[in-house]
Amino acid sequence: MSQGSLLLKMELRSNPETLCVVRNTLAELAQTLGFPEAECRAIVLAVDEALTNIIRHAYQGRTEQPIEATFRRIQVARDGRQQSALEIVLEDRGRTVDREKLCGRKLEDVRPGGLGLHFIRESMDTVEFRRKWGRNQVRMVKVLHAPETEKGS
Amino acid sequence: MLKISARHLEKTTILDISGDIDLASSPELRKVLLRELRELRTPRVVLNLNEVRYTDSSGVASLVEGLKASRDVGSRLVLFGLSSAVREVLQLSKLLRIFEIADSEEQAVAP
Repeated sequence: MSQGSLLLKMELRSNPETLCVVRNTLAELAQTLGFPEAECRAIVLAVDEALTNIIRHAYQGRTEQPIEATFRRIQVARDGRQQSALEIVLEDRGRTVDREKLCGRKLEDVRPGGLGLHFIRESMDTVEFRRKWGRNQVRMVKVLHAPETEKGS
Repeated sequence: MLKISARHLEKTTILDISGDIDLASSPELRKVLLRELRELRTPRVVLNLNEVRYTDSSGVASLVEGLKASRDVGSRLVLFGLSSAVREVLQLSKLLRIFEIADSEEQAVAP
């Protein structure tokens, strides 16, 4: 279990129609936490792609399957000091996905597909996958780079 | 929700697209694009993305598929009106350079 303060917890279903709701909510959350606009878009993209992978690969397109999304504000050690960050954990009960298949092509190879995992890794500072107690878990962290003078929280 | 409407000029179809392109909506974009290129063999298909505020990798995949179809049938696929979000995603995929991108509709439909 991650430490840090819980910001939001969502119990979702594996329905592609819900993705836009998650994106809108997450964009608001990231903006509220103080992430710059471009980083808000990166966070939204990463989570959207991770949820898409769960729906397509872990649940193989089946809707109405459970996905749990947890958003926490955590502290991470970075460049020798503690920095605030957004931690996002997505959990599903689908089949284990071979990540080699998710990242099955080189970027130079111009063809559809195989980009989602690349987008996730490029958008977030930390991306970890694990299988625990029959669940797939993806943990993503985006560090909130503090301004020169620290604001009170 | 994604909305796609078509305007037809001589030898050119402009597809005005609005909304988010994601796992739920990209199949519709793919269907319309491939119909225009593979079935109707429209010489030039222009995508107006002014009202698209988001695309994911499935949207990029649909565009790549459209591009491949346009090459197969000898048509042109032209994009214009890319938002920051759409441009960033295409840059992230390293695919921005493979598309023909116009600055405006006038440029996109110019002879």
